[in-house]
Amino acid sequence: MQQLISLLVENKPGALMRVAGVLTSRGYNIESLTVAKTIDPTLSIMTIVAEVGEDGRDLLIKQISRLVNVIKAVDLTDSRAVRRELVLIKIYVAEERRPALLTEAEIFRARVVDASPEAYTIEATGSPDKLNALIALLRSYGPIEMVRSGAMAMARAKQNKLPVPSYTEAALSEG
Amino acid sequence: MAMLSGAQILIESLVREGAEAVFGYPGGVTLPIYDVLYSHPLRHVLVRHEQNAAFAAQGYARATGKAGVCMATSGPGATNLTTGLVDALMDSIPVVAVTGQVPQALIGRDAFQEADTFGISRSATKHNYLVKDISELSQTVHEAFHIAVSGRPGPVLVDITKDVLLSKADYSDEQAMEPLRGYRLAAEPDADAIERAVEFLWRAERPYIYAGGGVISSSASAELVRFSELLEAPLAHTVMGLGAMPTGHPNFISMLGMHGSYAANMGVTECDTLIGLGVRFDDRVTGRLDKFAPGAKVLHVDIDPAEINKNRRADLGLVGDAKPVLRALNERLAETRATLGRERRVERLAWMEHVRAMKRDHPYVYEESTEEIKPQALMRKLDQISGGEAIVTVDVGQHQMWAAQHLRFNHPRLWQSSSGLGSMGFGLPAAMGAKFACADKTVIAIVGDGGFMMSLPELGTIAANRLPVKIIVMNNNTLGMVRQWQQLFYGKRYSEVDVASFPDASLLAAAFGIAGGSVADPADLDDALAHAFDEPGPYLLNVQVTPEECVYPMVPAGGAVSEMILRPEPEAAEAVAGD
Repeated sequence: MQQLISLLVENKPGALMRVAGVLTSRGYNIESLTVAKTIDPTLSIMTIVAEVGEDGRDLLIKQISRLVNVIKAVDLTDSRAVRRELVLIKIYVAEERRPALLTEAEIFRARVVDASPEAYTIEATGSPDKLNALIALLRSYGPIEMVRSGAMAMARAKQNKLPVPSYTEAALSEG
Repeated sequence: MAMLSGAQILIESLVREGAEAVFGYPGGVTLPIYDVLYSHPLRHVLVRHEQNAAFAAQGYARATGKAGVCMATSGPGATNLTTGLVDALMDSIPVVAVTGQVPQALIGRDAFQEADTFGISRSATKHNYLVKDISELSQTVHEAFHIAVSGRPGPVLVDITKDVLLSKADYSDEQAMEPLRGYRLAAEPDADAIERAVEFLWRAERPYIYAGGGVISSSASAELVRFSELLEAPLAHTVMGLGAMPTGHPNFISMLGMHGSYAANMGVTECDTLIGLGVRFDDRVTGRLDKFAPGAKVLHVDIDPAEINKNRRADLGLVGDAKPVLRALNERLAETRATLGRERRVERLAWMEHVRAMKRDHPYVYEESTEEIKPQALMRKLDQISGGEAIVTVDVGQHQMWAAQHLRFNHPRLWQSSSGLGSMGFGLPAAMGAKFACADKTVIAIVGDGGFMMSLPELGTIAANRLPVKIIVMNNNTLGMVRQWQQLFYGKRYSEVDVASFPDASLLAAAFGIAGGSVADPADLDDALAHAFDEPGPYLLNVQVTPEECVYPMVPAGGAVSEMILRPEPEAAEAVAGD
């Protein structure tokens, strides 16, 4: 099954390699992995979606947690986390079909971020399911190219929260 | 503050962290380091192959509990270290490896002797570093030692580019060290968890302790012995745990697992409560997992949270360092002994008697001979010489298991075996490291004829340093353990296990300028051993033993430990494909 892991790591060379290594050395395929700095630029948050067997989930979290650069890793698979993904879709669509396309894209709160005589580039965010539905719809208009960001997730529940400094704390420590 | 070169900062940092000896081999990019060592009091031991630098560092670490240090140049030097580092990782041995890297300007350009040491060593170490800025060097060396020895110990590699070694910066011994944000050590045992564990333990009618290398890493031998005595529970060791409880203690049963004793394996099979201390339920111990301690509730104590529930689900898991956990348990066991401890005591004493009787009735047996030297007889002789006090390093294979079965250890840190990775070629360089660490102790390297040939160049290191290590080659002219599996499970089709062209040991030793000899007649064994151990310097003794001897008991791979093969029954053995 697909496991959703959120982790707070030190923003250091090799940190990504170490985390990915725990997964790859077990032969788990990484479906998506996103990483970017937090408010504290010495820390990064990673979101990983990987295909992991049910009995391997707990062990995987523990083995990632023991990496020296990992401050905390949480399994969000079964938790009420907010999951979002960004997709950029370039769609080659004839001029007469563009109004219909725009109306339908609106349903998904997708917006056009670039337009040319041949194509629109559309940006949308949402849950992976919503984006899959959008992609299926757009494909009915013509050939598409797309780039997906992979999932980002943030825990709703307090128990799965990563110990990232908030804006207020960061402001205080800088002040 | 003084302006020092990166190479000088490295050496001063090693000394500051307590390094007493560095096992290493120089090369192009580490020239600046060796130039500093030329006139520095820090001892450097020039090995003959980098793999042996890592093994020797382990020998030092296993004997002392302190981090062993090894050093190699970039490219092949670093890749040669790798086996020794994975070995240290598997057995949780603290090692700090320093490697040189090509100058930053050349990294990624396929420079001469460039290898991605940082990437290659990622999965071979507990943690690793690539130092590209001299301002980080001192702190990095500090972190490397801290990570290597603390928590669950392991190897840490520090790769340093040559330009860093050559550049200059201020250095002071009193530099403040930054804490590691992502590295947390196990907390002190929680009082509630200890209370639950004590109640759990007193409910046992047939408790059984299974203790491993974590107890030795934690220096918790005294606490372990007291725990077993308070609980009045029999104890078996893993191959990593040997010596944590003295072999002669009445509660000690033997080693358990694939080549463990009948009593040790039946004890674990019949117990109702299994207490795993600093162990990882390795497949060589458990055999078929669902038949390992099948009726037992499990209390598992380990410093690494990832070990709890990894292979065997624990009814009670305690994450912590063995020493404080055992201390806390012992304190509460002593306080509750007269109350809670009385309830099942009759059953526990009967159980202890039963396990001791199994030990008495099923010792390690072998057929004695007056014509050939039996390998087990050789181990018994070496045991008499050691008296449980010598440091014994072994290689991997049949001799390793016979040594584990027949030698006594009165203290921890006397027995050194590449247990998890099972690296042939470990025994001889580990003995060198142990001898540098403990000059006053007798150090015996018991190796097979196969593994000895893998570590052969180190006779040069031993000769050059006049290192009085006693090398006992148990020579059966084959790669015995592989041959044993071929004999038992592959219809005696002996494929590529014949290594009979062993050199004349006295000539070989003489060629290196050390003493040596051979013995094949059981009648001459005592004299040959006496001669080897009376010699003040190193000695190489080649002992010709019965070639077709198998290690028993044996649990076939994937079999239940209770279904061990006890003695030779070659015709009855079924072909079992295993790993």
